[in-house]
Amino acid sequence: MSDQVGYDDVEVGTELAAVSYPATRLSLVKYCGASGDFNVIHWNERIAKSVGLPDVIAHGMFTMAQAGRFVTDWAGPKATVVDFGVRFSSPVVVPDDDVGASITVSGQVEEKLDGNRVALALTTRSRDTKVLTRARAVVRLP
Amino acid sequence: MAINPDFLGKTFPAGPPYEISRVKLAEFADAIGDPNPVYRDRSAAVEAGFPDVIAPPTFPIVVSMASSARALADPALNLNYAMVVHGEQRFSYVRPLHAGDVVTAQVTISDIRDVGLNSTMTTITRISTVAGEHVCTAYSTLVERGGAA
Repeated sequence: MSDQVGYDDVEVGTELAAVSYPATRLSLVKYCGASGDFNVIHWNERIAKSVGLPDVIAHGMFTMAQAGRFVTDWAGPKATVVDFGVRFSSPVVVPDDDVGASITVSGQVEEKLDGNRVALALTTRSRDTKVLTRARAVVRLP
Repeated sequence: MAINPDFLGKTFPAGPPYEISRVKLAEFADAIGDPNPVYRDRSAAVEAGFPDVIAPPTFPIVVSMASSARALADPALNLNYAMVVHGEQRFSYVRPLHAGDVVTAQVTISDIRDVGLNSTMTTITRISTVAGEHVCTAYSTLVERGGAA
């Protein structure tokens, strides 16, 4: 977790350094249980392939959660997220090995808004493919 | 066969109240791999200015899905869940959810359309406390691959 960011310290255009987060089969099983989303394509390779997917894929919401973590880690504990939206452009394929997949998030301060709010544009990739597009978060900073 | 367009505009009754517990928030934070103490340590959350441990930003999907699952399970909607992938998701927050909140989620199907060979369905889920305080609105677009084929 990072230190607290203050609204007055933020400059438009500032790049937020990339962070990579792991996604393994175990991650997906845990996410199934915690979220209640047991869609078979997130844990059953046989059925995932039978419906035309390359392999088991991560829940879109698991990927979005990693982007959310990137935002809250940057913004600090006293910030609140006021808006957060993404488009799922490509699945995160999670192979059945000891490594799994990696989700890499980076960002840029896009805009400073009234009410101490800051808009961030996020870039999220796995295997060099953009897995989220139009990913944007608005946070309220102290 | 495509998603049944008769469901466009339909609002489903809010399900039973969902009580947000510290244990559930810690479990969810563990599942997304986020060690942030504001999700599991009450004193850290209070120090940050919240009444209790808060929910990670994507947690409202759990509340939203619990309600939308009932709607999506209606065979008349004709949604083939194995062919469903998530297209878009957005949350607009009034404040973070926190442990102790008791909320309900009201789901409205705001859009059903065919995009090429796929069908998409957009839902708007309004999450409010049982006392009537609006806390978060979730916008979800699901894609049924091949649904319009």
